[in-house]
Amino acid sequence: MNKKPIITLKDIAVSFDGEQVLKNFNLTIGDGEFVTLLGPSGCGKTTVLRTIGGFVRPDSGDVFFGGKKINDVPPHKRAVNTVFQKYALFPHLNVYENIAFGMRLKGKKEDEIKKTVTEMLHMVNLNGMAHRGVGQLSGGQQQRVAIARALANDPKILLLDEPLSALDLKLRKDMQSELKKIQQAIGITFIFVTHDQEEALSMSDTVVVMDKGEIQQIGSPIDIYNEPTNAFVADFIGESNILDGMMIDDYLVEVAGQRFKSLDSGFGKMKPVDIVIRPEDIDIVPTGSASAHVNGEVTSVTFKGVHYEIIVDVDGFKWMIQTTDSASVGDHIGLALTPDDIHVMAKSVYSGTMGDYSSFSDEMGEALQESSEEVTEDAD
Amino acid sequence: MRTKLISAPYTIWMTLFIIVPMGLVAVFAFTDKSGAFTLDNILRVGQYSNVFLRSILLGAVATAISLLLGYPLAYIISKAKASRQSIMVMLVMLPMWMNFLLRTYAWMSLLEDNGLINNLLVAIGLPRVHMINTAGAVVLGMVYNYIPYMILPIYSVLAKIDNSVIEAAQDLGANGVKVFLKVVLPMSMSGVISGVTMVFVPAVSTFIISKMLGGGGNLLIGDLIDMQFLGSAYNPNLGSAISLVLMVIIMICMGIMNQFDDDEENMGGGMLL
Repeated sequence: MNKKPIITLKDIAVSFDGEQVLKNFNLTIGDGEFVTLLGPSGCGKTTVLRTIGGFVRPDSGDVFFGGKKINDVPPHKRAVNTVFQKYALFPHLNVYENIAFGMRLKGKKEDEIKKTVTEMLHMVNLNGMAHRGVGQLSGGQQQRVAIARALANDPKILLLDEPLSALDLKLRKDMQSELKKIQQAIGITFIFVTHDQEEALSMSDTVVVMDKGEIQQIGSPIDIYNEPTNAFVADFIGESNILDGMMIDDYLVEVAGQRFKSLDSGFGKMKPVDIVIRPEDIDIVPTGSASAHVNGEVTSVTFKGVHYEIIVDVDGFKWMIQTTDSASVGDHIGLALTPDDIHVMAKSVYSGTMGDYSSFSDEMGEALQESSEEVTEDAD
Repeated sequence: MRTKLISAPYTIWMTLFIIVPMGLVAVFAFTDKSGAFTLDNILRVGQYSNVFLRSILLGAVATAISLLLGYPLAYIISKAKASRQSIMVMLVMLPMWMNFLLRTYAWMSLLEDNGLINNLLVAIGLPRVHMINTAGAVVLGMVYNYIPYMILPIYSVLAKIDNSVIEAAQDLGANGVKVFLKVVLPMSMSGVISGVTMVFVPAVSTFIISKMLGGGGNLLIGDLIDMQFLGSAYNPNLGSAISLVLMVIIMICMGIMNQFDDDEENMGGGMLL
């Protein structure tokens, strides 16, 4: 993060009705960055966004904008604009007036307003829609109007609160690349909130992974994926097999009963650690062959289009493998690992709670995420 | 087919008790005592233009006062905590559970020259104020009786406005006053229009309130019609003609009102539904 900081959150604490949503929250965001706050529902990511927007007053801590403290500045005086989750367009105004809303408040001249609205409509691909009522637009079009309305105000920072979550998959992908393009074209800071890890990885310069009101990891998408700092991040970003391991010494780790050369160091000698092995890094080899580090029985095979998702029972611990090789349920197979595949993490509060696929189902994972949704996210 | 079957009883009921009586009123209005066609009744309505004007004026004043008092209350209720909202709405409706006549009688005894308020004024050494049998008392009675019909529709529209829309306005640079004028007020116009209609229509055609609080000097259309059917001036044909003219006036008023409402819808009010 070598860019000039534009937003700094210092020791922010926020609670709703006695429930602590954020505690000792510190974050610095550089000017012109595309930053994503990523985490499950109820992790406090929306609260961070609303704190920057001015809609949430922190119980303690300071918010700095370009070095100036803005704790007491109300939302309408901040050089920050928001794209709301449910678009929040003004239903009594047409597309043109929605986009012109902020400029009219600032008392801009009519021809200037017209020029900007036309520019904005062009940028979000809504040419010719200026005089439609917003009720007549599709979800994707409403979202574009919401983006145009926020950007027409010429903000220094654009806040986006899960803006794509209501769109269907295809449209969401299109909007992702469009948003990224818009951000690069105008060069202002985008702070984007999502619970969709794929969205976060594909759009961001920097990803901030959050859980339970705390930052778990900050880094580039590649860092976050390849070098997760703990079991939570490893599990939340992509699929992961997370195993107990032992750091024998620097560059030597023991996992699944075998010793491997490791690329990691600095954990100390004979230290218990968590090991992440990504499903796509595991190779299938004949059982009992020299290169088979572990052997197990296939318990489920799911065709995913590009690859198969295979669940393998190894002495009661279920591994997930993503491979283009097929296998059948009941097959005994060997799994081959290389030092590159083994990522070592320090033990954390999340150790042992995730990363085993014995009760795995896509639906269940989502259901759990939904049920953990905190009231506080929607409280006001 | 099925919905037709279910709606049949309603259709029959409405035909028998709404359409047919209205037809009868029209027939009476255009006939004389012997049943022959005449325009006399309609033409005679012109004599009572001052009564019409007074009714419309008092009804309009009562509607305006109801709006000025009711809108802020509706706004306050919609901003209260959810648990408190239902209590406040109940308090607004509570007087409506009491009989209309009784409530108006109560005002009589409050406003009389020897009533509670005047006795109180005398007790603290102030002169008596003549309140009963004035236009002001009639307006007071109208406002008191009909203000819940103003508050409730406005409240229900205000309560439906998503808070994120208000935040969006703040986000775009609107302070409290601007948020209200540019977002909340325009978005609640449909509630204002139903409120105005629901207060204005009964206020214009009331006869009990003017009779009890207005004395003889504040004759309203309702009283005039009442007199044609039940009073000394028995003349159902003229009464029907007055009713018909009143109905046309109210329909014109509502037509103008709905014009506003339609504009709102066209500009994207569909979101509200």
